[in-house]
Amino acid sequence: MPAVDTHAEPRGASAAQDTFPKFLALNATRFADRPAMRHKDLGIWRTWTWREVADEVRAFALGLGELGLQRGDRVAIVGRNRPKLYWSMAAIQAWGGIPVPVYSDSVADEMAYVLEHAGASMAVVEDQEQVDKILSVSDRLPHLAHLIYDEPRGLRDYDHSRLHAFEAVQAKGRKAGEDAAKAAALEAAIAVGKGADLAIILYTSGTTGRPKGVMLSNDNVIISARNGGLFDHLRETEETIAYLPLAWVGDNIFSYAQSYVLGFCVNCPESAETIVEDRREIGMSYAFAPPRVYENLLTQTMVRMEDAGPLKKRMFHHFLGVARQWGEKILNKEPVPLSARLQYALGEVLVYGPLKNRFGFTNIRVGYTAGEAIGPEIFRFFRSLGINLKQLYGQTEASVYITAQPDGEIYADTVGKPNIDVEVKIADNGEVLYRSPGVFVGYYKDPEKTAETKTPDGWVRSGDAGFFDPKTGHLKIIDRAKDVGKLRSGALFAPKYLENKLKFYPNIKEAVAFGQDRDFVTCFLNIDLTAVGSWAERNNVSYGSYQELAGHREVLKMITAHVDEVNRSLAGEPMMAGSQIRRFLVLHKELDADDGELTRTQKVRRGFIADRYLPLVEALFDGSPRGRIRTEVTFEDGRKGVIEGDVEIIDMPVHEATGTAFREAAE
Amino acid sequence: MRAPSPTDIAAGEVILAVENVSLAFGGVKALTDVSFDIKKGEVRAIIGPNGAGKTSMLNCINGFYHPTEGRITFRGKTRPKMRPYEAAAGGIARTFQNVALFKGMSTLDNIMAGRTLKMNKGFFWQVLRHGPAMAEEIEHRHFVEEIIDFLEIQHIRKVPVGKLPYGLQKRVELGRALAMQPEVLLLDEPMAGMNLEEKEDMCRFILDVSNQYGTTIALIEHDMGVVMDLSDRVVVLEYGRKIADGTPDEVKRDQAVIDAYLGVPH
Repeated sequence: MPAVDTHAEPRGASAAQDTFPKFLALNATRFADRPAMRHKDLGIWRTWTWREVADEVRAFALGLGELGLQRGDRVAIVGRNRPKLYWSMAAIQAWGGIPVPVYSDSVADEMAYVLEHAGASMAVVEDQEQVDKILSVSDRLPHLAHLIYDEPRGLRDYDHSRLHAFEAVQAKGRKAGEDAAKAAALEAAIAVGKGADLAIILYTSGTTGRPKGVMLSNDNVIISARNGGLFDHLRETEETIAYLPLAWVGDNIFSYAQSYVLGFCVNCPESAETIVEDRREIGMSYAFAPPRVYENLLTQTMVRMEDAGPLKKRMFHHFLGVARQWGEKILNKEPVPLSARLQYALGEVLVYGPLKNRFGFTNIRVGYTAGEAIGPEIFRFFRSLGINLKQLYGQTEASVYITAQPDGEIYADTVGKPNIDVEVKIADNGEVLYRSPGVFVGYYKDPEKTAETKTPDGWVRSGDAGFFDPKTGHLKIIDRAKDVGKLRSGALFAPKYLENKLKFYPNIKEAVAFGQDRDFVTCFLNIDLTAVGSWAERNNVSYGSYQELAGHREVLKMITAHVDEVNRSLAGEPMMAGSQIRRFLVLHKELDADDGELTRTQKVRRGFIADRYLPLVEALFDGSPRGRIRTEVTFEDGRKGVIEGDVEIIDMPVHEATGTAFREAAE
Repeated sequence: MRAPSPTDIAAGEVILAVENVSLAFGGVKALTDVSFDIKKGEVRAIIGPNGAGKTSMLNCINGFYHPTEGRITFRGKTRPKMRPYEAAAGGIARTFQNVALFKGMSTLDNIMAGRTLKMNKGFFWQVLRHGPAMAEEIEHRHFVEEIIDFLEIQHIRKVPVGKLPYGLQKRVELGRALAMQPEVLLLDEPMAGMNLEEKEDMCRFILDVSNQYGTTIALIEHDMGVVMDLSDRVVVLEYGRKIADGTPDEVKRDQAVIDAYLGVPH
């Protein structure tokens, strides 16, 4: 655990600041004219200082008071990362209300479940799309009294008896603010708030069953945010870009809690499609993203470089070679010969600098990847460019922070050391347990599940199997504890471990491995349409759909080569040699969250997929050369259709186990 | 986006009337004695089988063709020969069946081009790009940005239009037409060649334009589902003649229309 640098203690903050509205009041004085939030609107970055944010939040809070918000009321927040939605969190918390962010791409039924379960009395939503969704299920939501929207477009003719524009509520609030009694009531409500009160309820997407509402207190979130800031020496000068779902604990910590606690600026992109451009314009210093964002950046770069001229291509590959050899060593401040330093400096000017500028990583100080394992190639690529990308292991139940990699101790296959104030231990069955100030209060309305997950003395079962690497002292995560199984032969079967190895190939987007209690391991694959599509374009392969490309001879050949490489690498690992992939197929459709095959955070739901594609799973294990299936799919507009597929199953040769087992045999 | 320039015509009154219009190219009769009207604020569809004269009709309305016979009255004024730029200046904007954008220019520049008629400063001022010309440009840019926001095309703001997929080009073209703040918007097959999702987006934009700004819309479309859902009234052409006119339901039940679309046994 790194020593706590007391000088990095957030400026002017003390134990008296135990809720977000109190932090906001503090920031409005200590950082009054520093930027708190930016939003690109109509092509221009608009900035709000902390003082202005405090004013906006106050107006909205007073407006909510007029609408009758009470202490303890739950208020749903639905939408993408927009300033007003972040402000509404603080405004709700000012009255002691509890914001409940909901995934904005949820279909109406999923949304209804969360709003119903949370018993939300109000909802603050982004636009007409979300208003429509909620209105369509309003008969299931008897508690929902008011609906407030940010973007008025298309809503002019709606019945406004329960529906309010954000500005209208603020106007109501500003008027109420002239009444000294009402203003004092708000001040009093803020003063009453304390650290033990609930700050937020976050519904976890859950790879199994209905989502659970994780209750986090102000203390949970604020102490975790502060410790996270200390761990990486974050200051009020950081810039981040908020683009991950509001309902995800990571966004709540990085784009809301840490911004309030440390006083740094959060930037909201113009739209979901402009993020790459917006990132470049902002040049964030503190970044957070799931591995797939980094994967996409790398895939896009490689795809575009394929189209570049020969000179540029040679320069690019030459300097990438230099970076691969020396970049990480330079970043880790290891001794490096002068000639390498000079070459790397030249590469910085010609290749790395412009590339980082493209990525928006020019000013990056700390970048995190979490949520899933990141491919070692991808991880090293970014680090070799001089980007301080690190891994973190966290959960909603821990207010994110469990372990993270300290600067200078970076390994592609670990998730780091316990964060400040976090205790981690490994149970006898290999499950990771942790205890920290960030540990959640409980699951909302579900004491049974809470008791299953959290012991009375505060230890939480993470559900993940892992171990501490004796060499580095870092934690390594193998898989979800319940997913780690055995083949019929008794050999270890860790599906996610295999899937991650496969997914590290840019051509493979998703993989689902099967093998529990079977004789051997098989798997489903999804090709990556960007990478394979670009390959198809370069090689004059024409295709009309995902299905057609996925079934193409040459594509299958390419994928077969990847699987073979994975098998060879598995053969080199004594524990894994038994789980080489014997048979696989490329699915005829992309796995999709709308069909329930992925969670909203894009993790595969293995059990669900196994049921849905049962005929294909059977075909994989019974030796038939092809599999046939009909599946129902949900289109983006909610209509259902049927996709029929006839997919080829490919048999793989098994590599002889090398590694330890092999050496033993040789002795 | 701001409302279009004010007008003395109230919603529901006739803004554009076509009376006994005929159009002939030599011996070929494209239109024969067609009459109908468009009321302010409505969505009016013109449908008909291929070659029925729908596009010719739109071309007459915006002054690209001049009818050989008959009159077109727009906002109470009848002009024997209206030039396209007069139509444009008068508040009629259109999009084309085959996208007609400046392919090498960015989305932003294309939509800015739609503001040309609204610019007051002369060429010299604009070349200088200073003082009043700059102030004017900023004002127009703001308007254009509102359209970009409205049509959700921020991500292609600076992309040359020629590089964009078809569906997006259509959207940019709509944007350019909207930049004129038209009173009447003529859309020639706005959804041709689009996939379902693009069509749905386009429908939403058309309805939003109509609801929010009260813009009168006349559109030609082949997708019957779209026509029936979007339009308030439909006029049906066949071989240059009007064979039906009414609400979508009336038109759907009209025997002449059914015959025109499905054919009659001979």
